[in-house]
Amino acid sequence: MKYIDGFRNPGAAAALREDIHSLTAQLPPSDRTTNVMEVCGSHTMAIARYGIRDILPEQINLISGPGCPVCVTDAGYIDAAIELARRGITVVTFGDMLNVPGSDTSLAAVRSEGCPIEVCYSPLRALELAQEMPDREVVFLAIGFETTVAPSVAIIEQAIAQGVENLSILVAFKLVPPALAALGSDPELQIDAFLCPAHVSAIIGADAYTPFTGEGGVPCIVAGFEPLDILLGLKGILAQLVDGVAEVDNQYSRVVTAKGNARAQALMDKYLEPDDVSWRGIGVIPKSGLALKAEWAHYDAETRHDITVQIGTMNPACRCGDVIKGISRPMDCPMFGTTCTPNNPFGPCMVSSEGSCAAYYKYSR
Amino acid sequence: MADIERILLAHGGGGQLSRELIDREIVSRFGAGPLKGLPDGATVPVEGPEVVFTTDSFVVQPIEFPGGNIGDLAVHGTVNDLAVCGATPRWLSLALILEEGLELDLLRRVLDSIKTAADDSGVVVATGDTKVVARGQCDGLFINTAGIGDRLPGFELSPSNLQEGDHVLVSGPIADHGFAVLAARESIHIQNGPQSDSAPVHRLVQAASAHAGDVRFMRDPTRGGLASVLNEMVEGAEIGIQIQEVDIPLSSGARAVSELLGLDPLHVASEGRMLMVCSADAAPETLQAWQAMPEGTGAKDIGTVTTEAGRVVLETLMGGHRLVDVPRGELLPRIC
Repeated sequence: MKYIDGFRNPGAAAALREDIHSLTAQLPPSDRTTNVMEVCGSHTMAIARYGIRDILPEQINLISGPGCPVCVTDAGYIDAAIELARRGITVVTFGDMLNVPGSDTSLAAVRSEGCPIEVCYSPLRALELAQEMPDREVVFLAIGFETTVAPSVAIIEQAIAQGVENLSILVAFKLVPPALAALGSDPELQIDAFLCPAHVSAIIGADAYTPFTGEGGVPCIVAGFEPLDILLGLKGILAQLVDGVAEVDNQYSRVVTAKGNARAQALMDKYLEPDDVSWRGIGVIPKSGLALKAEWAHYDAETRHDITVQIGTMNPACRCGDVIKGISRPMDCPMFGTTCTPNNPFGPCMVSSEGSCAAYYKYSR
Repeated sequence: MADIERILLAHGGGGQLSRELIDREIVSRFGAGPLKGLPDGATVPVEGPEVVFTTDSFVVQPIEFPGGNIGDLAVHGTVNDLAVCGATPRWLSLALILEEGLELDLLRRVLDSIKTAADDSGVVVATGDTKVVARGQCDGLFINTAGIGDRLPGFELSPSNLQEGDHVLVSGPIADHGFAVLAARESIHIQNGPQSDSAPVHRLVQAASAHAGDVRFMRDPTRGGLASVLNEMVEGAEIGIQIQEVDIPLSSGARAVSELLGLDPLHVASEGRMLMVCSADAAPETLQAWQAMPEGTGAKDIGTVTTEAGRVVLETLMGGHRLVDVPRGELLPRIC
């Protein structure tokens, strides 16, 4: 644990804070805030948990991006998972998905009716359950960004190797770079820099952000999830903005390389192909997700159980879509903290522990 | 190899097997005091005009975990409820619900732990009950304990006594119990992983009784952790509490599980720690007294009472501030 302490050192934080304030004072004059989007939900949580907004100059506006996998999972996906559980198929999921509202109800609600839904910390649990119950069908809810894709697909690889026939995955994988491209070109948003995700970058490599930099681009800094990582990342962003440059800067080099994790990438290429997918609150972004290739249809829950993930319906008052895009802050939503709370969430941003609304509600109401 | 001895339904049937189980396992350990002769109820002396009376049920899974088992937990849980109400724990009831098929050796280990924990806590098992249910109708072994304690003079405890400038003390590293049980249940194997902190806190209360008039409130941060206790104290009140992250004591094992699973230690239970709010004047001496005791070596002064009505605020390691919220949902079911 001593290793982590180095990245939470109060003295180093105070020094970085001074650097950030002095660089901010050197920014070119502007009539609006300097907008930095932290793409990843884990950054959102760390920023809230360590009270980082509190120590930044007012000029710096941190916008929480679409990087919480639960938050961007369409309501229709939840509907499909619920339908599977109601048919008696064992559905295995990360805990965050339990309370996400589908079009009508949630996995937690149907579990209380007796539907077989198991919460896991690792996708491997789904494989174990399939092996323990060979006469039952098991479906793993495979959601997430590049980070969770490889471990989720790895259970299919192991199922094939071990001859496990009763396991499949319901896929809703999302990719970060196409989302950045969509957000970067959205005229409603004025993003001055991206604080790029840590673990996603470990898989895809820092070079993946090169297209968003250079002429007409913005600084893209890869930063870790520890508080000093985040402060260092913000300092790097400000230094680039002061110098008027826009480059990829990998400050998480203890984990992230330029090219990423070749083994994980190979596993993804073997089983998956790009797909046009719907992001909750944003809509369909071309080639922004991954689907199982046709040759692995046996392990694809949609094909195997003859179910189609439709686009679900959302409560029209919910502003999660604008929050995910960074157009609204959570407290700008009329339901925030009143009708929509972690105990009674309407939108996914309030449900997920990494959601922007949950982070704001939990740490900075 | 001999067959494993197990609990049978007949052990609860009231006949000869029941009698043998009670004699061999219960009376042999607890039969010296008011339990002698197995009357229907215990007659016990009390010291003052008032006693404190409490009860708690224990359903922890797994039954044995690093640093303890359901038995010592069932003693400490009730002893500590009495202690933080400002009482000296004296008498305990012990009700066992056993599942058919439970290994007798496991039951013996649990009863041994109950005996050791009761002796260490200064309480006597005065009455009890044993039931056996069919396989599948409980999860191995459930325990209920109730306790009676003599009220210590001088303590007037209520969250409504909190005043601006009071100090918040915690008697040692938090969250070890919850993380130890969770790590055992999820098969997370860590070198030097968390060990349950299950222990009695009554001696800490006695040590604080020198300043009883300056003690505003005491609580053991069990389910819901420190965050829940702090929030309960300020809910609807004119005052708030600020704590400093740098001062919150945490073992390296608890930190490791906390980091691995992304759980906030402020939300996780301790079973042998105490939280006390006392006047600024009484805080240094109380802290010193605690730190000189084996169960208080890790004690810390973690914060103060503020005028921020109803809010519990954490000053983070980075110097920023954030709300300390109560945990929600099914964070850690069945940890006690």
